[in-house]
Amino acid sequence: MFRSHILVCGGTGCTSGNSMKVYDALVDRVQKAGLENEVHVTKTGCFGLCAYGPIMIVYPEGAFYSQVKVEDVDEIFNEHIVKGRIVTRLLYKETVGEDGSIKALNDTNFYKKQHRVALRNCGVINPEKIEEYIAYDGYEALGKVLTEMTPQDVIDVILKSGLRGRGGAGFPTGRKWQFAKNSVGNKKYVCCNADEGDPGAFMDRSILEGDPHAVIEAMAIAAYAIGSDQGYIYVRAEYPIAVQRLTIAIKQAREYGLLGKNIFGTKFNFDLDIRLGAGAFVCGEETALMTSIEGHRGEPRPRPPFPAIKGLFGKPTILNNVETYANIPQIILKGADWFASMGTEKSRGTKVFALGGKIHNTGLVEIPMGTTMREIIYDIGGGCPNGKKFKAAQTGGPSGGCIPAHLIDTPIDYDNLIKIGSMMGSGGLIVMDEDNCMVDIAKFFLEFTVDESCGKCTACRIGTKRLYEMLCKVTDGTATMEDLDKMEELCYYIKENSLCGLGQTAPNPVLSTMHYFRDEYEAHVRDKRCPAGVCKKLLRYQIVADKCKGCTLCARNCPVGAITGTVKEPHVIDPNKCIKCGVCMEKCRFGAVIKA
Amino acid sequence: MKSLEELRALREKMKSQTDNRGVAGADETVIKVGMATCGIAAGARPVLDALLEEADKRHLHNVSISQTGCIGMCRLEPIVEIFKDGQKFTYVHMTAEKARKVMNDHVVNGNPCKEYLISEN
Repeated sequence: MFRSHILVCGGTGCTSGNSMKVYDALVDRVQKAGLENEVHVTKTGCFGLCAYGPIMIVYPEGAFYSQVKVEDVDEIFNEHIVKGRIVTRLLYKETVGEDGSIKALNDTNFYKKQHRVALRNCGVINPEKIEEYIAYDGYEALGKVLTEMTPQDVIDVILKSGLRGRGGAGFPTGRKWQFAKNSVGNKKYVCCNADEGDPGAFMDRSILEGDPHAVIEAMAIAAYAIGSDQGYIYVRAEYPIAVQRLTIAIKQAREYGLLGKNIFGTKFNFDLDIRLGAGAFVCGEETALMTSIEGHRGEPRPRPPFPAIKGLFGKPTILNNVETYANIPQIILKGADWFASMGTEKSRGTKVFALGGKIHNTGLVEIPMGTTMREIIYDIGGGCPNGKKFKAAQTGGPSGGCIPAHLIDTPIDYDNLIKIGSMMGSGGLIVMDEDNCMVDIAKFFLEFTVDESCGKCTACRIGTKRLYEMLCKVTDGTATMEDLDKMEELCYYIKENSLCGLGQTAPNPVLSTMHYFRDEYEAHVRDKRCPAGVCKKLLRYQIVADKCKGCTLCARNCPVGAITGTVKEPHVIDPNKCIKCGVCMEKCRFGAVIKA
Repeated sequence: MKSLEELRALREKMKSQTDNRGVAGADETVIKVGMATCGIAAGARPVLDALLEEADKRHLHNVSISQTGCIGMCRLEPIVEIFKDGQKFTYVHMTAEKARKVMNDHVVNGNPCKEYLISEN
């Protein structure tokens, strides 16, 4: 037994903030002090509160240190680890009460409303040690399934739990498995979609980095349910830590005989391989993903036949998302009723969201379905920084749409999001405040889909490009009102004439911003004005003569010499020379420079 | 892995590695050893080691053992505080031997070792 556990976050966010140096320093101090048998230093997966990384937590006190630097290690070690005195100065400030008392992490706003199922082991175990996963009930579900349940029993439990695919579309997982089980074939495949490509989404990455064995165990359970003996995890090469930990996890599972032949002494065989994706967004689409695994260029193919009938290498295949899999072992162990007791009637369980954009607590949160956007953004996320007003949130990335401020009390589940013109997507949630221009946001997402369209369908390949050009006209101030109508028409044309999900959903950001923020589009077109002051072509910086003290600071800082004026007299900006960099506004101490 | 029993045996073995990883729940026995300069000088380390060893040997998963700072009565160090069943017990002048006895009699069997308690000293 260790008297002290030091858990250092080894997720991508904290690692890029140098958490591994903190880890190394702690291991070094512990060794030098000869405390290896008393104090255990572990690196774990993501804690979720990425905004305050690098993060470490010391148990059993539960002291949550945030933004830890290598220089802080000595103080934490000498004070806390050696003498038992918590270094309050370095604690996450939310955990320190006004009287200096220390609150438990789960009582802080960020964690209070969360309910961790898919992320239950992230920030708890060392993902590179299978024994730790086993200590937290790992592989028990697989053992139970193989020794006590028939494949149909497994599917019935998953069906009853109401679990729906966490990749975005929300298809019932049990039904998918049932189709694959019913398909006749001597060879079937189980695939995992870890090709997470939405800008701003990192749920799957965090699960793979923090709890890779949960995904492996779930895939073995799925294989048993449908009668498969081979699985593939398709993960993007841009996730080096996830790939590395998966590789280690698969190796360890093989060593323990949890992958391979005659698992748990039964006749069940299953093995797993990793396939690296080169980072094409379209490969997150199921048929394109399978085409890519087969070794071809990642292009979608028509459905039907659906993968459950004719999938990878022409054989019956199931493909589920990482987060979907991460729920499976828990459902088997705790039962379908336990899972179904969380969430809303048609969307059971929890959902992981990656909070990003204009929000205080950037990071990873897992909440029961049916939680409102307000709770996510204000209670958990801490609202927009600098007291700015919340304007909209984008869910579903480039395939989704925005949720405007007046719909902030919508409970989040699959059906509600569709109803308001967005979609769940894989769980990226980008928050925008009053400084974001909605046309510009739509343009950003469309630029992404133009790049990522595989080019197979004309409507998607050329349509998105033309749509993008029209959006550019709007932000340049050269569009007409007819262009807006044409844009809308083109959006529907692209949706209806594309083969796969990428093209069918690509116009969504445009449609939803046009629906909720039509006035902003019209301001660009009719008044040649960008209300948020983002679109450069429509922007003019001006100096208010009454406020200008003639300090010359702006003129000295202007990179193009566009500002003229004499000392102690109001200055003037020459719009023909101005490149709209905004330096003058930033430097002015009197608030005399304004966006007109 | 040839059977579920094998998996469970491994899990039981691993539990000792992950015990204490988490804030103690209400039903757990919390044991704190005073380990400021005074405690260490009076010999708190062998006491702590003995407590950890006993917990390991007896597979006690519902105890949380940690060190704490100076408790304030330096002349009575090494001091061990045990929080059990809503009560606080303060053991003073502890040694490794006494610590093992406290683990056995008090923590496992529920009979406080009165002779080591602060009230008796």
